[in-house]
Amino acid sequence: MSTQIRPAPVRKSIFVNAPQHHAFEVFTAGIGRWWPKTHKIGPADLDRPIIEPREGGRWYELDVDGSECEIGKVAVWDPPARVVLIWQLTPEFTYDPSLITEVEVQFTAEGEGTRVDLEHRDLEQMGEKADAMRETVSGPGGWPALLQLFADEAKI
Amino acid sequence: MANAERVFSALHDPTRRAVFERLRDGPRPVSEIARGLPVSRPAVSQHLKVLKEAGLVDDRSEGTRRIYQIDPKGLGAMRAWLDQFWTAALDAFAAEVERSAKNEKKEKE
Repeated sequence: MSTQIRPAPVRKSIFVNAPQHHAFEVFTAGIGRWWPKTHKIGPADLDRPIIEPREGGRWYELDVDGSECEIGKVAVWDPPARVVLIWQLTPEFTYDPSLITEVEVQFTAEGEGTRVDLEHRDLEQMGEKADAMRETVSGPGGWPALLQLFADEAKI
Repeated sequence: MANAERVFSALHDPTRRAVFERLRDGPRPVSEIARGLPVSRPAVSQHLKVLKEAGLVDDRSEGTRRIYQIDPKGLGAMRAWLDQFWTAALDAFAAEVERSAKNEKKEKE
């Protein structure tokens, strides 16, 4: 009985009118400039997420009150071509160190711009974590709030 | 999208999870799903109803029997959410990349 439901990875590609090194820089060092402030873990308001620029580095959020909450880790640090992040957030936006899903982002120069390919994989792990997830109280920054946010955005 | 919440909620109950897991190898009638489980058949039907509402299983009639099978779109609700999350996040990222790239260019000029 090893059958398991394996959701396909989420794959996204986007083209940006900027050089490869700039795209990589904004995605990593500049993540606080584009990450939606509503997507946060801690109770305090989000200042910005931070990706430590090295393999094994932390990926965490810094809140306005100075507190820090883990998001995951840096698995591969290969500027300006590629970064692999370990996403350890449950769908309710709580940190679970035993949850290991990968977000691979590749930056490929194309003409004067850059193609950015993102893949979020190993999602079946989130299904396996269903139990632990339900035991966590869903905070105001959790999944329901995010769903609402998307619903609001979709109206615009 | 409220579906996603329901998926996790539906799988939280251990008996319901056992019911769900019985469908992993293919479609089954209720009688077969209930066999060997320490709960009554109406209870199993109730669990199947919750799983169906969560989008985890689907059912069809075959004569007088009701056949249940896994609906792969169930766990997909969570995937759908992430899909949307990254679409929105990458759009915001692209806007910031291009805004700052223009500024950099201006500064150089």
